[in-house]
Amino acid sequence: MDLQIALLLGQDGITNGAIYALLALALVLVFAVTRVIFIPQGEFVAFGALTLASLQAGRLPGTLWLLLGAGLAVAVIDLTLAVKRGTGRRIPGIVGWNIVYPALLAAVLWLLQPAELPLLAQVLLALAVVVPLGPMVYRLAYQPLAEASVLVLLIVSVAVHLALVGLGLLFFGAEGSRTPAFSEGNLEIAGLTVNGQTLWVVIASLALIATLYQLFERTLYGKALRATAINRVGARLMGISTIMAGKLSFLLAAAIGAFSGILIAPITTIYYDTGFLIGLKGFVAAIIGGLASYPVAAAGAVLVGLLEAFSSFYASAFKEVIVFTLIIPVLLWRSLTTRHVEEEE
Amino acid sequence: MQKKKLVAGLLVAWASMAAQADITVGVNVSATGPAASLGIPEKNTFVLMPKTIAGEKVNYIVLDDASDTTTAVKNARKFVAENKVDVIVGSTITPNSLAMIDVAAEGETPMISMAASARIVDPANPKVKWVFKTPQNDVQMSTAIVEHMTNAGVKTVAFIGFNDAYGEGWYQEFSKIAEARKLKIVANERYSRADTSVTGQVLKIMAAKPDAVLVAGSGTPAALPQKTLKERGWNGKYYQTHGVANMDFMRVCGKDCEGTFLPAGPVLVAAQLPEANPIKKVAMDYTTKYEAAHGKGATSTFGAHAWDAGILLQNAVPVALKKAKPGSKEFRAALRDALEGLKNVTVSHGIVNMSATDHLGFDQRARVMVQIENGAWKLLK
Repeated sequence: MDLQIALLLGQDGITNGAIYALLALALVLVFAVTRVIFIPQGEFVAFGALTLASLQAGRLPGTLWLLLGAGLAVAVIDLTLAVKRGTGRRIPGIVGWNIVYPALLAAVLWLLQPAELPLLAQVLLALAVVVPLGPMVYRLAYQPLAEASVLVLLIVSVAVHLALVGLGLLFFGAEGSRTPAFSEGNLEIAGLTVNGQTLWVVIASLALIATLYQLFERTLYGKALRATAINRVGARLMGISTIMAGKLSFLLAAAIGAFSGILIAPITTIYYDTGFLIGLKGFVAAIIGGLASYPVAAAGAVLVGLLEAFSSFYASAFKEVIVFTLIIPVLLWRSLTTRHVEEEE
Repeated sequence: MQKKKLVAGLLVAWASMAAQADITVGVNVSATGPAASLGIPEKNTFVLMPKTIAGEKVNYIVLDDASDTTTAVKNARKFVAENKVDVIVGSTITPNSLAMIDVAAEGETPMISMAASARIVDPANPKVKWVFKTPQNDVQMSTAIVEHMTNAGVKTVAFIGFNDAYGEGWYQEFSKIAEARKLKIVANERYSRADTSVTGQVLKIMAAKPDAVLVAGSGTPAALPQKTLKERGWNGKYYQTHGVANMDFMRVCGKDCEGTFLPAGPVLVAAQLPEANPIKKVAMDYTTKYEAAHGKGATSTFGAHAWDAGILLQNAVPVALKKAKPGSKEFRAALRDALEGLKNVTVSHGIVNMSATDHLGFDQRARVMVQIENGAWKLLK
């Protein structure tokens, strides 16, 4: 191996690591706020990429029907509850977000020719379709069980994951898609050619991480999320709605997932079930961070990416084995160094 | 109430008697899961098959095994025990087909597999007496590739394949033949179909400086190594396997796949076959029917394997009907004998001559070399 190869592998590892880092952050966020191990995180990656690909191919993405259907289901449940509890003032909000918004979006997609729009508009439309699915999934699958144990929530996650993968196959078919790069052309840095899209991935990931940091430090909503993560009961006593916090964290997780999918779609072929493996590697990184620390999870993600790149060079047949075996020493080290706190509410 | 039950019971008995006279075909495909891109066209093909053979009504019971071995076995057991089928067709992939052999042999029911591995009909296994298959063996396809490589003056070749039975099987067959023909394999790499990057493997291949690269993958995931190699500016000869022969691969790989060579069943280039070739008529018949139902360019060679299983049945069932009535143990045995006795049957992938030791029956006519040119498959003479 010479320096050139090492640099190329490093570049590849950092690109993948950046994506894993985003997913790891989303996983940590969701777990901290809602105690849900969000296995379907990966599905949002696939949905984001494939929705964009369908828009570019001039088709209505299947996720739009999911949005309409899930919105309707949420609206029916929430309206029934609102009527029963006599909280009529919530009705316009419920109808607006769950029925009017998906219908408007459907109309926009139907009337505009998404295939001819500029890339930025396509990306925004794809995000507009996929991201609201996050809070809807929370409302339908997790909110009724919000007080259940971590294990029950994990089982629900597995169910949601399987359901979404099945829907993905139905919507997008078994074959994968790629989308065109954000910008053509490569960059020369110190004699090393860097793929344009690679730069996009790294820069966008860094920007997103910085935005998240600002969100948590500076905004009231971010602080509410942090408070819920630190102490659910305490946050509730201070008037922070845990339901709102749950929905918000799922909204962010879906946004991060879908955006990651859109970032990597030009580099690799995305299938309806690609997301799971990407999400799982993000999960390895999140575990390195103990499902609690954002910076350690991000560093872990870069480590996973680099390990993956170098093991694919040295022992391609064992790449996956090497990456996932990493979790064992990490767990050992964590269980030896951290004091275990029994968490019963 | 009692009367109603009695009438209902009689009706059920009558219905089942009527069903006994029909021929029942139990179809098990992998229409979901990792092999979905192979299983879906197969499933679509059964809808197009004739509803009667030799005047007898044919019922197709189609089940999905989700590319899962356990489910495949469960489905096969259901066919044998509950539906009392006359023949099982399936599964789409090798591991599932291998697992179903035991059930078929136990239930003394003939089975036609649509999976590629030669092991499915390995004559050394006594249970294989009941098992037939329609896709070409990997060894036939690898011979075609090695032949094409040596003729084109290729001395060294790099191999990159799926990290599963498909890639492993191809490596074993390919390396054996390559060694015999003095072709040197300078790199042997693996990747998994869900991988998002193969940069590491590609750099290693480029460092080995081969004349040609063989990518052993199926469907769209096979595009990734080739796209990455092109991106890095590698300009040797590219070979793919027949696993990529569908339009989705072409869509994903785009201009990076121009000039790629691959072996395939003749059905892929049916329209370009010479008029004198008897396969042309059969293959065109299938292509026309499939494309009428699913749109132009929708045909894949995988669906054609299912179609060929149908043709084998259409030829064997009339022979078996002379000996016994469908739905009986005798009919199943007669159908097995009839399938084994098929001679010179033209299917969309070749010409079948079955024998006691060869339950595939293909010869050289079952494969052609194809090159990708302007986003279409072109038959090489």
